[in-house]
Amino acid sequence: MEKIKASGGVCSINPVSRGLAWFPLILAGLSTVLSPLDATAGHGVFNPQTFTLTNGMQVVVVSNHRMPVVTHMVWYKAGAADEAPGKTGSAHLLEHLMFKGTKRFPAGAFSKSVARVGGSENAFTSLDYTGYYQTVAVQHLEKMMTMEADRMRNLILDPEEVDTERLVVLEERRQRTDNDPGAILREHVNAALFLNYPYRRPIVGWEHEIRNLSVDDLRTFYRKWYSPGNAVLVVAGDINMAELKPLAERTYGKVPGSPLLDRARPSEPPQSASRRISLKDARVRQPSWSRTYLAPSRHTSIAGGPESLHSYALEVLAGIIGGGATSQIYKSLVVDKKLAVSAGAGYGSDSLGPSLFAFYASPAPGISMEILEKAMEEEVAKLLEQGVQDKDVERVKKSMIAEAVYARDSLSDGARVLGSALVSGRTIEDVEQWPHRIDVVTRTQVNAAARAVLDGRPSVTAVLEGEASP
Amino acid sequence: MNLKGIVLIAFVVWLAVPAPLRAGHEAGHTVSIERVVSPAGVTAWLVRDTINPIVNVRFAFRGGAALDPVGKDGLANMVSGLLDEGAGDLDSQTFQRRLEDLSIELRFNAGRDAFSGRLKTLSENKDQAFHLLKVALLEPRFDDTPVKRIRGQILAGLRRDQEDPDTIAGQTLARELFPDHPYGRRVEGSMATVKAITSDDLRAFTRQRLARDNLVIAVVGDMDAAELGRFLDEVFAGLPAKSQGFSVKDIQPQTAGRTKVVKMDIPQSAIAFAQKGLKRSDPDFYAAYVLNHILGGGGFTSRLYEQIREKRGLAYSIGSYLYPLDHAGLVQGYGGTANARVGETLEVLKDQWRTMAETGVTPEELADAKTYLIGSYPLRFTSTGGIASILVSMQLEKLGIDFLDRRNTLVEAVNLKDVNRLAKKLLDPDNMVVVVVGAPEGVTSTP
Repeated sequence: MEKIKASGGVCSINPVSRGLAWFPLILAGLSTVLSPLDATAGHGVFNPQTFTLTNGMQVVVVSNHRMPVVTHMVWYKAGAADEAPGKTGSAHLLEHLMFKGTKRFPAGAFSKSVARVGGSENAFTSLDYTGYYQTVAVQHLEKMMTMEADRMRNLILDPEEVDTERLVVLEERRQRTDNDPGAILREHVNAALFLNYPYRRPIVGWEHEIRNLSVDDLRTFYRKWYSPGNAVLVVAGDINMAELKPLAERTYGKVPGSPLLDRARPSEPPQSASRRISLKDARVRQPSWSRTYLAPSRHTSIAGGPESLHSYALEVLAGIIGGGATSQIYKSLVVDKKLAVSAGAGYGSDSLGPSLFAFYASPAPGISMEILEKAMEEEVAKLLEQGVQDKDVERVKKSMIAEAVYARDSLSDGARVLGSALVSGRTIEDVEQWPHRIDVVTRTQVNAAARAVLDGRPSVTAVLEGEASP
Repeated sequence: MNLKGIVLIAFVVWLAVPAPLRAGHEAGHTVSIERVVSPAGVTAWLVRDTINPIVNVRFAFRGGAALDPVGKDGLANMVSGLLDEGAGDLDSQTFQRRLEDLSIELRFNAGRDAFSGRLKTLSENKDQAFHLLKVALLEPRFDDTPVKRIRGQILAGLRRDQEDPDTIAGQTLARELFPDHPYGRRVEGSMATVKAITSDDLRAFTRQRLARDNLVIAVVGDMDAAELGRFLDEVFAGLPAKSQGFSVKDIQPQTAGRTKVVKMDIPQSAIAFAQKGLKRSDPDFYAAYVLNHILGGGGFTSRLYEQIREKRGLAYSIGSYLYPLDHAGLVQGYGGTANARVGETLEVLKDQWRTMAETGVTPEELADAKTYLIGSYPLRFTSTGGIASILVSMQLEKLGIDFLDRRNTLVEAVNLKDVNRLAKKLLDPDNMVVVVVGAPEGVTSTP
């Protein structure tokens, strides 16, 4: 069986995808894969090679020769958090429409070519980026690059196709969000947690704004953000840079460059008040509780609060207190006190903007939310008072670092990790040096990070209950 | 090291891609499967892959949740949650901590027809990983405290499932298709049956069901045949030679055409549907595979995707798939649409089904489907876990160790006449069970 894990608000930065329902689940796990790792600190993780085309597009290759196959990904430095106010959902609807056509490759031609060569394809939209990929036998790579380069600037936005695809996206929103009380509550948590930063918006968009997006809105977003200087090409698989470079020059290299973009976003003011949110919904049979704090990401500090230098220590902290079956919170609330059926904590370091550190739990039958909340508060208080132990810091660091080898086993993990880093304000070196930087985290740093993010800081507490609570 | 008694039979298999491979790369792209028999007589299929210092083990015992005793539905699933919650002299927390500290992934899973497991470890920790797997299989403790905790988690999962329209649709569909057969029950069981499972039931399960005669094993990664021989003996030789005999009766699903609406106050209705299909061993299986791919299979090019999503914007997810069980065959599908549009969606669905039955597929569709199904096959071999899971399926389905050699020929051999004959014979929109969970407008249950 799958052991019950999070139902809390940690997953608020999941990408939304065009594809079938299962696909985003894979990407949802990305935040764990996204911490790339290496058993031997000192070596790189994926050992990529890179260069930049004259039009400004960065090219990255991760060689893996197990099969004659490549994953070809193009990442744009534009996501839902880059949308104009009042235009939520444009990044995502545009991602869907990218599968329509251009003059050279009319509607459906790209997908048909992918299918004809036995390839798989999809795309995803997150708060910080939008990406497109195909996995194909290596001899078809150039064809994919030709078509992907073509739709970077030449997409035709047909009003009728936009309206039909809008219906698809509204169905997607119903399926993922409106049909699921937990997802509705998560939208409210994000809107409460971020007072001003655009992470307060749902990736898929608010329904009324999706309905009102015009062809012009979409075209404006497309023209502004989809250009070689704002994109990163990552190819992983049976190829090396000497082979890839001429292909990249022949395809993406031909796309005219455009001026560098400023990704300025509204910033988050210092926060002073904690907030509580509750949703009672007759559909809910298993209640849940979460408390979320603003936290720095690798890239962004919190105004008047913790600095981004804490981010590596926060990753270790989350592992110690909230990751897995022997973490402090699970052990206390689920194993020892038997107050919860699941409990833990999570942190994501990878976002371009501010991130979050969340605690979550789902009560055992007959346990009230008040008791559960108090028990969790005691855990946090104990953590702040006593700090973490050296042996736990060492243990968790070791197992985080060991995960790197596993990440290398997959054809596409390297491409995903590097691509998402490069479009979220991080560098190849950040990815390759990750094991080393985790390795040097100390207990003192973990305790300082915990205090900075949790001690007396404002939070958002969310409660999801059925109409007749236990 | 004892090499004696290890029988090695090597099969070198080429994975065809649609166009010739580039010169100079061929040597690196074979999947070479060795059949390894350990000194004590345990058999496994091995693919040696030294790209990374990882060993991936997957195995399965034939006989899954379909064998759960009546009233104890969910037994196999509960065992799958408990084998790693304390074994040998390690209690639950100690066992879990050891897995975490050594970065070992160990999981068990109960399917309808098999009980499976997977172990992933770094080479440097493999001895300890194998030991943990061994005690999990041979000496699970089923201590009261973890049993209570896991039972509580399963019950919480069952409650949560009742919030999820897709899960309810799937469950309702299974019950409708197999009212008097174990396939109609949930693998996870129900609130009542999960509460009824005792520690004695859990112990009886491992004693009766985890044995060498119903076991298949695949290992992919950084390990050679001699070492695998020792590993097989260390982990599996202590299992009983024979499992308790079992039989599940073959069953024709109840597919008489009908619609079943389950009321739920949600904006989008979840749809699940099924009609009779084929078993994996059916001579027409590959024709059906190609046919379904064109009708509602993966990717963004199937007829259902084209007509229901691309053209009309009726759904975000829509598709169909073959569901061959050991004792029944089905063609199943899924979709989701706003309550007001359920009627229209079902109409288009059945219309597409009927058109396919009556006029079949075009030569171009057939050629494209075959190219896709052949060309996409190597994509499944891009990680050690992916390869291992295919090797387990090949053994469970008795496809033969040379199957990878033959597989593309089997797909290639499907011709237009076969597909269209099968479309006419198989596809039957009037004998399809449709379950709708939501508040659909103008669609009601068949009286």
